[in-house]
Amino acid sequence: MIEICPFEISRRDLLVSSAATAAFASVAGNAHAQISGNEMQQSSNVSFKVNGEEHALELDNRTTLLDALREHLHLTGTKKGCDHGQCGACTVMVDGRRINSCLTLAVMHDGDEITTIEGYGRPGNLHPMQVAFVKHDGFQCGYCTPGQICSSIAVLQEIEANIPSHVTGDLTEKASVTSAEIRERMSGNICRCGAYSNIVEAITEVAGSKA
Amino acid sequence: MRAFTFERAESVRAAAESASNNPEAKFIAGGTNLLDLMKLEIEVPTHLIDVNGLGLDKIEVTSEGGLRIGAMVRNTDLASHETVRRDYGLLSRALVAGASGQLRNKATTAGNLLQRTRCPYFYDTAQSCNKRMPGSGCSAIGGVTRQLGVIGTSEACIATHPSDMAVAMRALDAVVETTRPDGTNRSIPISDFHHLPGDSPHIETALEKGEMITAVTLPKPAGGMHIYRKVRDRASYAFALVSIGAIIQADGTGRVAVGGVAPKPWRVDAADAALAKGAKAACAELMADARPTDDNRFKIALVERTLAAVIEETRDKP
Amino acid sequence: MKFEKPATTNPIDNLTVVGKPIHRIDGELKTTGRAKYAYEWHDPDIDYAYGYPLGSSIAKGRIRSMDTAAAKKSPGVISVVTALDVGKRDLGSKNTANLFGGDEVQHYHQAIAIVVAATFEQARAASALIKVDYAVGEGVFDLSTATKDAKKPKAEGGTEPDSSVGDFEGAFANAAVKLDATYTTPDQSHAMMEPFASIAAWNGDELTVWTSSQMIDWWRTDLATTLGIDKEKIHLMSPFIGGGFGGKLFLRSDAVMAAFAAKAAGRPVKVALPRPFLVNNATHRPATIQRIRIGATRDGKITAIGHESWSGDLPGGQPETAVMQTRLLYAGENRMTAMRLATLDLPEGNSMRAPGEAPGLMALEIAIDEIAVKLGMDPVEFRILNDTQVDPEKPGRNFSHRNLVGCLTLGAEKFGWNARGKPGTKREGGQFIGLGMAAAFRNNLVMPSGARVKLDARGDITVETDMTDIGTGSYTILAQTAAEMMGVPMEKVGVHLGDSRFPVSSGSGGQFGANSSTSGVYAACVKLREAVAQKLGFNSQDIEFANGEVRSDNRVVPLSQAAGPEGLVGEDTMQWGDLEKTYQQSTFGAHFVEVGVDVATGEVRLKRMLAVCAAGRILNPITARSQVIGAMTMGAGLALSEELSVDKRRGFFVNHDLAGYEVAVHADIPHQDVIFMDETDPISSPMKAKGVGELGLCGVSAAIANAVYNATGIRVRDYPVTLDKLIHELPEVA
Repeated sequence: MIEICPFEISRRDLLVSSAATAAFASVAGNAHAQISGNEMQQSSNVSFKVNGEEHALELDNRTTLLDALREHLHLTGTKKGCDHGQCGACTVMVDGRRINSCLTLAVMHDGDEITTIEGYGRPGNLHPMQVAFVKHDGFQCGYCTPGQICSSIAVLQEIEANIPSHVTGDLTEKASVTSAEIRERMSGNICRCGAYSNIVEAITEVAGSKA
Repeated sequence: MRAFTFERAESVRAAAESASNNPEAKFIAGGTNLLDLMKLEIEVPTHLIDVNGLGLDKIEVTSEGGLRIGAMVRNTDLASHETVRRDYGLLSRALVAGASGQLRNKATTAGNLLQRTRCPYFYDTAQSCNKRMPGSGCSAIGGVTRQLGVIGTSEACIATHPSDMAVAMRALDAVVETTRPDGTNRSIPISDFHHLPGDSPHIETALEKGEMITAVTLPKPAGGMHIYRKVRDRASYAFALVSIGAIIQADGTGRVAVGGVAPKPWRVDAADAALAKGAKAACAELMADARPTDDNRFKIALVERTLAAVIEETRDKP
Repeated sequence: MKFEKPATTNPIDNLTVVGKPIHRIDGELKTTGRAKYAYEWHDPDIDYAYGYPLGSSIAKGRIRSMDTAAAKKSPGVISVVTALDVGKRDLGSKNTANLFGGDEVQHYHQAIAIVVAATFEQARAASALIKVDYAVGEGVFDLSTATKDAKKPKAEGGTEPDSSVGDFEGAFANAAVKLDATYTTPDQSHAMMEPFASIAAWNGDELTVWTSSQMIDWWRTDLATTLGIDKEKIHLMSPFIGGGFGGKLFLRSDAVMAAFAAKAAGRPVKVALPRPFLVNNATHRPATIQRIRIGATRDGKITAIGHESWSGDLPGGQPETAVMQTRLLYAGENRMTAMRLATLDLPEGNSMRAPGEAPGLMALEIAIDEIAVKLGMDPVEFRILNDTQVDPEKPGRNFSHRNLVGCLTLGAEKFGWNARGKPGTKREGGQFIGLGMAAAFRNNLVMPSGARVKLDARGDITVETDMTDIGTGSYTILAQTAAEMMGVPMEKVGVHLGDSRFPVSSGSGGQFGANSSTSGVYAACVKLREAVAQKLGFNSQDIEFANGEVRSDNRVVPLSQAAGPEGLVGEDTMQWGDLEKTYQQSTFGAHFVEVGVDVATGEVRLKRMLAVCAAGRILNPITARSQVIGAMTMGAGLALSEELSVDKRRGFFVNHDLAGYEVAVHADIPHQDVIFMDETDPISSPMKAKGVGELGLCGVSAAIANAVYNATGIRVRDYPVTLDKLIHELPEVA
């Protein structure tokens, strides 16, 4: 692996020492806040598992699952592209199903199991879908990519579970893995760089290797 | 998004009561439409009642041989249900024509019926909109209207209802079951559920304050061929320019509901009666009092052509 | 280094690494969610605040007053900074509209305030509490009527608005076969997936900005101008960019607001522009009205070709240069082009992927199809017949390398072009089937580009340049270039990009990035090679770098040893001589498309797409192919669904989100094929490469429109080609 992003250099420049102390206090304060459970508050306590790890947070009721992941847990692999359910960049798995994390409140996910892109693989130990995306160049700028990969994994599961799609021929027959099915089912994940053709090839390869 | 308090409802009755006690409260189910609108402050509830945990997520056969669909049944689950696929194919087809896989995993049956319009002037809070702010005027009229309504509209509002599912429900003669804050239940035929705008476009449904949808009931299967044809610019993940939901019997009779053209799923008895005579005759009834703009006049021809294709498709197949 | 003479043999020609299908070196970071974009930079020791912007709700006028009292009292709010507070700022050299500051409103959703709060939710809620009193001004928003007051724009960068050769009017009047048609392209949006976003942090009078920028130095320079501080005080970083397409070429309001907000709040502030706001806040590709006249002999030779284009922009803005390719693409003795610019009070029009050529070819390549139809000629043959190997406006000037004919011929063969039927005659199931094609053309630009290349005691190579990777593959091709030049494997090369402390590069735009920035690394590597040779006392004329070693005569020294404990550094900037004046440098291609048009609804769906590209040496066929298929995908959107709808009364783009502005989705795009012609262009650069990132967009939309014509017999001249423009002419449904 080569190191691409000059993280250390950048960090040194951004350090603002006075702000640092304040920040630390406030973060610690949140973590140890009392579990009040008062439902008439404008904030709530919520616990959920993300990528197998338990998290307990006190959050503004308005906080979406997406912002909880990105701004509170610093799991920024899940992207905010539109914040309105129009692009799919925020796709994560909740209790085994893909959803747009921008259009759901974190407080509604108490006890849920959430998997984000960080939970599927890491550099040096990729999920087969991540391997296929690299191999088929199923991305360019990379911003929609975590959502595309989460959806790709989910799409194969959904076909396996015989969930129909807009292009499924006979509703009473078993759904199958075809290019048309993959394209339709992936359509909630927009890629403005236009890697669609390669993404379909990546998914097809993973589907084939499972068959 | 304004700050709000949040509760998880313990029962349907409690949810309805809580909603009636708090005039600024809203139920939240899938949240896919409500949160979108709250972020833009088009919806500004001060209290949210989470109704996901009330066990309203079951699909059961009714004693009449129909189907009772719990209000919280997710679009994906409804579309995938074996009975729906076999006997109410139109509904399954309409559901999977809508939104995306992610959204369908979250969006609910009740929420889909209550989906609000996609009129871009409704969505832009800097523009006047009678639906969003009663009495402020309609900035859509005279503006960009290609996507907007051609029939059932008024001087106050030309928005359309965006749901695909509701079009199928309309063709299937669904009945909306509700519970009111006082604990009483009622059944609202889908034909009466959505209101036309008239001079009060902000009143969109028959629901009263605090009244909560608990289920949608379908009568026993109508048989026939079920076709949902959604017409749109891009091939997926887009709202309909026009959609046709049709159930057509072997003798050519049947029923048809139209989406994308009106403030509610559009169905006309006379059009159903004329259906056996063909698309032209049925469309003449469907679009009898249409008032299109120059930008969306094409929708009238599109309804007829699409309906013709749908009828042709039923002839092609045994 | 200055590139003044055509390249001869150089180390790049070894092609041991360059030209190879190497997967992206940033692939693992991007596919695992570990690549950090602007808004995601997180230091646990910093207490970030959140900024949320407010945009003007009028298109033109003046802000009389702003009431921020309620916002300031709102929970969590740290500060509110308004345009009135910061006052009118000096305009960045690349900006047309003011980004933030002053009481003048020039367009809808111009940034007028930034609310800073402890949380995102608090900032967003408070922003809605600001009350603004406007003096509403009269604006002009309709291009179709504003053209009557359109003016001849001033020449920009040596580009004259008008050109004329021979006697166009006379030749056109006397031509045996004539076409005179007008085409329109709508306003279009970049719609990149990552919204504009910046984090700003002050340390005394020094500012650090983590942002999403295609052009580090342009942003840094214009941010300094806008803030009124010394450029040297600004440190700008943009190592990962979630797409730009020209939208992030020029400083945007997020960086300016973040800087003011961080100053006011006394702590680092994060700002991302909300999607429904950024469409009108940022730039877009302006709409065009284009009149094209072509006269030809009966045997298909063009005798007269004229192209006029009207577009609009804010005062001080520029035209969409939609006629430029018509000056160069086809032969013909009598020619004219003209651009006229109207004043419009819509958001700022500016560069979007292949500015000029993309909308220009959307029109021109339908016109060529139309004249071929009039002549009864195959449009491929017509294009081949009218090919030119010289600049048709200056016949003494050759193209550096031009193989348009090869692209057309090979593409026609591979695509099965001969199977094309007469318009409206082929039906499969419920669709009319049609084939269409168009030529692709985009000028090859080069920009000065600097880099620093370091060799350390481990024999590792590190490249540093402020070049950006906007999805183009810069990380990978720069590593390939350094690996090739220094004779090391890819694993030994690290690449650091997008940081203003690194040498100024070309940046990413105008499809000049790959060729220019690799040339910059080439130049720096030449310096480093010289340093190695000098250190070892080798004759630098007779030296070979391979397998991590340096060889000269019979001496072999490992690079790690040559580096010594201190390491060695080579730094240089590639400068360009006047080869682009001596030669016309361009890239060429051919697009072939098959469509199905629903016989009832008129919905157009793509069935097959092929692009053949002649763009010099292809540095990496994987990333280059991705650039082309991505451009083809964007071109599909531009052809079939993309249009910023203008409210001509209130002056704004109505469909300002990703639900209303429909870019292509997965279901719209079939399998795509790309063929690169095997060629090099030694006149272009020492890399012998040219740009390819925009070529793929050029012509593809017209190929789709032409395929729709072939499918249905209906000629649509107004983009996008939507069903409402087709159904009234389609046959009745049985």
